[in-house]
Amino acid sequence: MAIEVRIPTILRSHTGGAKIVEGAGGTLGDLFADLDSRHDGLKGRLVTDTGALHRFVNVYINDEDVRFLGALEAKLNDGDSVTILPAVAGGALGSAAVAAPRGLRVGSLPTR
Amino acid sequence: MLSIDRTIVDAIVAHARRDHPDEACGVVAGPAGSDIATRHIPMENAARSMTFYEFDSMEQLRVWREMDDRDEAPVVIYHSHTATEAYPSRTDVSFAGEPDAHYLLVSTREPDSEEIRSFRIVDGVVTEEPVRILDAGVDPHAVQSYMFGQSPATVDYECSGR
Repeated sequence: MAIEVRIPTILRSHTGGAKIVEGAGGTLGDLFADLDSRHDGLKGRLVTDTGALHRFVNVYINDEDVRFLGALEAKLNDGDSVTILPAVAGGALGSAAVAAPRGLRVGSLPTR
Repeated sequence: MLSIDRTIVDAIVAHARRDHPDEACGVVAGPAGSDIATRHIPMENAARSMTFYEFDSMEQLRVWREMDDRDEAPVVIYHSHTATEAYPSRTDVSFAGEPDAHYLLVSTREPDSEEIRSFRIVDGVVTEEPVRILDAGVDPHAVQSYMFGQSPATVDYECSGR
């Protein structure tokens, strides 16, 4: 079944520049696995090593934030539309708890 | 270089002052591909914190869709630091997910003056850029330079070694 997925600018390097791709899956986790088979590395930008949804992205099914729908367990139906956006957050607190993406080493930089 | 209208900068500063000592945040949208910031959209800081900001995810979806419908992009993403300098924190760098955006920071730590600085943040690399404030309505070519940071122009936050 086809699910339309909108890809943000920062992840389009994984989709050959495509803004919209299609995938399939009964849950969001299945969909990401399916997408990763054609768009190498995409899943790693969405799901942490421990199998949770990354903090740095917001994912929506139709008009709902998947964090309120069971995250990666959220159910998908044919014709659903999935939107991925970069989470916009930050602030003066250089907290180690939220600052460990993409190989950045926590604790090696002064807190600003 | 970020070129931005004084009226928009004034509105951003007013938003930052209004929410002080909590951090304020928002977007300035502009026509996609133009790099011109035209439409100020103050956003809710869902974290309501003095040291952290976070767009409300539902408000963000609404605003991002609206930009899409209008063929706009988030040209500027701004937030305030209320007790520290206007320089991206490690958290800011971690979250920076719009490689084409100008990340504008406003510090409101001084009661009567603001520090306003702009950065590109791409792949964990912070590059400061000049901010050119445009006085529209007076003379479109009139330019007044504003705060321009003293720090090195490029700070490499990418740590090798893993």
